Amino acid sequence: MSQLSPRRAVFLVARREFLGRVRTRAFVLGTLVVLVLLGAYGVFQATLITSNSTSTVAFSGQATVLADPLRQTAAAFGETVETSDVTDVAAAEQQVRDGDLDALITGAPDALRVVVKDSLGDALRNSLDAVVKQQALDAQLAEGGLDPAVVARNLADAGAEVTALEPRDDQRGQRFAVGLVVAALLYYSLLVYGTMVAQGVVEEKSSRVVEVLLATLRPWQLLLGKVLGLGAVGLLQFVVLAGVGLVVAAVSGVLDGVSVAGTSLVTGVVWYLLGFFLYATVFAAAGALVSRQEELQAVVMPINTVIVVAFVAGVGLLGQDPDGTTVAVMSVLPPFAPLLMPSRMAMGVAPLWQVGLAVVLALAAIALITWIGGRVYGNAVLRAGARVKLRDALRA
Amino acid sequence: MAQGVLEIDRVSKCYGDVVALQDMTFDVRAGELFGFVGSNGAGKTTTMRIALGVLAADSGEVRWDGAPITFETRQRIGYMPEERGLYPKMKVLEQLVYLAELHGLSTGDAHRSAETWIARLGLRDRRGDEVQKLSLGNQQRVQLAAALVHEPDVLVLDEPFSGLDPVAVDVMSQVLREKAASGVPVVFSSHQLDLVERLCDRVGIVRAGSLVACGTVDELRSGTQLVVEAPDATPGWADGVPGVRVVESGGARTVLDLDPDADDQAVLRAALATGPVREFSRRRSSLTELFRNVVSEERSA
Repeated sequence: MSQLSPRRAVFLVARREFLGRVRTRAFVLGTLVVLVLLGAYGVFQATLITSNSTSTVAFSGQATVLADPLRQTAAAFGETVETSDVTDVAAAEQQVRDGDLDALITGAPDALRVVVKDSLGDALRNSLDAVVKQQALDAQLAEGGLDPAVVARNLADAGAEVTALEPRDDQRGQRFAVGLVVAALLYYSLLVYGTMVAQGVVEEKSSRVVEVLLATLRPWQLLLGKVLGLGAVGLLQFVVLAGVGLVVAAVSGVLDGVSVAGTSLVTGVVWYLLGFFLYATVFAAAGALVSRQEELQAVVMPINTVIVVAFVAGVGLLGQDPDGTTVAVMSVLPPFAPLLMPSRMAMGVAPLWQVGLAVVLALAAIALITWIGGRVYGNAVLRAGARVKLRDALRA
Repeated sequence: MAQGVLEIDRVSKCYGDVVALQDMTFDVRAGELFGFVGSNGAGKTTTMRIALGVLAADSGEVRWDGAPITFETRQRIGYMPEERGLYPKMKVLEQLVYLAELHGLSTGDAHRSAETWIARLGLRDRRGDEVQKLSLGNQQRVQLAAALVHEPDVLVLDEPFSGLDPVAVDVMSQVLREKAASGVPVVFSSHQLDLVERLCDRVGIVRAGSLVACGTVDELRSGTQLVVEAPDATPGWADGVPGVRVVESGGARTVLDLDPDADDQAVLRAALATGPVREFSRRRSSLTELFRNVVSEERSA
């Protein structure tokens, strides 16, 4: 009979944890539900942010000649205008009243009449004004013997050259959505799988399995196996969710910057691992303090609070001011970094040195926390009965 | 020298100010069934957990084969904790295979051994069920299988008989006897003293963290009692006889403890002096009475 090697011990524990979770119906159904929720959330955010308004405008009579110029001018402003020609003005007015048309334009180009339901939108008004003014200008130029086309060409060449010091990213809305989804996924994974670690520890404690296990395993082997096994389950779910989300987004065209999302998926995995190993040992140590599932809520509450605060406050700050000092500082600190840094990276607002600093701090924190957490776990996991005081578990 | 012997040598353990064990000392020899009895909280479970290395002793030593138990030799012990020690949501077979693997068996050997014990303990119909769906008696059988599945060199069982029906008690007794017969030292704790008396080669009685009596069942029961029925006797009739102590006297019957060197004929003469004697018999004290004496000494102490 061979001696159990530490590596095989950790492997056996991790395999049990992994298979025990992945094969449950709860895991499969849970993944599907989250997938649906995340998909809905992503689409909602994306439509909210990239709300390029489309106006529908009908033209009648002489005004129809303005349809093409209006479309082009509006496009130059970043607006989309759909135009149509109508002959029945009364019916078109009714459509305006019903909201099917944004505006009905009639009359001669130099005496336009615009029918709208309540008011003319700024974007449409600006485009229309520009078109009308251009028409008037062209007429004047023609009267003065100049070719409007030549003037237009000369005009087009004139213009101030703009040098942007911080060029605005035209994918900003999408980047923000991707960042949010990554943060939400990490938030979900850390809470769910962290809690699972704590529950697993309490299950072993309350059923006294831990006494049997620790007769043949060392506490660190059991702890490491558990964290690796459940971490792998969380990783699998994270990759499935993010991967499927990415494919759906690419196919449906919600995201045209698939590379942005793809990069975010990779950084998300890295930060999931950092975050999970940071929090899992803390969850395990908290679970080791109590002997019954009913007492668990009280000891994991502080940890959950940190994660919830990091997510809620972080996302709020990211939305308002992603470059701000507060969110920059928070995203570097280990307890918050796994939730905020990947979002900031997705949004492209995190300088490389901040990312590096956050990773280094997170690794240092993992080393420290694993040492403390492992100590608390090892000291408390065999003490059945009353809740173990943290101070006793640290000292013993 | 101590080939195949599990030795508990002057083991002490305190929880804060509470002394749980004080110089606990006994040994379990190869091929021996050792019964460990004592009232609740006397230190039985603590002793077993220290032997398993699940708990650290403040002082003292646990030895196996003459050498202090290490993490490696510990894997050769089969342990059954009091009240469960299984994953409630894991299936019986998977659970046993897992525990066997954790004790160093290859996956194939683990499967074979698990199936063997499942069949042996009559759990074949339940092998695919979650442990929590089993009756308590069946859970106990799985628990025993879990302690045996890696073919251990030492068996340490905490209350293996509690909650078992008579059939299961027989199965469990049979298995323990076989294990002992194959040269494995077996130690188990129990409150069922008649069972201990019937099953064990030697018995240790614990009180307040120390072993107060230890020996073969016959040695422990060696105290002789006299039952005398003398209707005309007045209380205190036997006080003058040396080496005799009255255990109980009610109506005409008197039960007396007899020191080994006391003369029972002197007692008979004293009884006859009071009048007619209807009954005069010797009997051995039962383990239960011995246990009661030990516990009552504890109260008076």
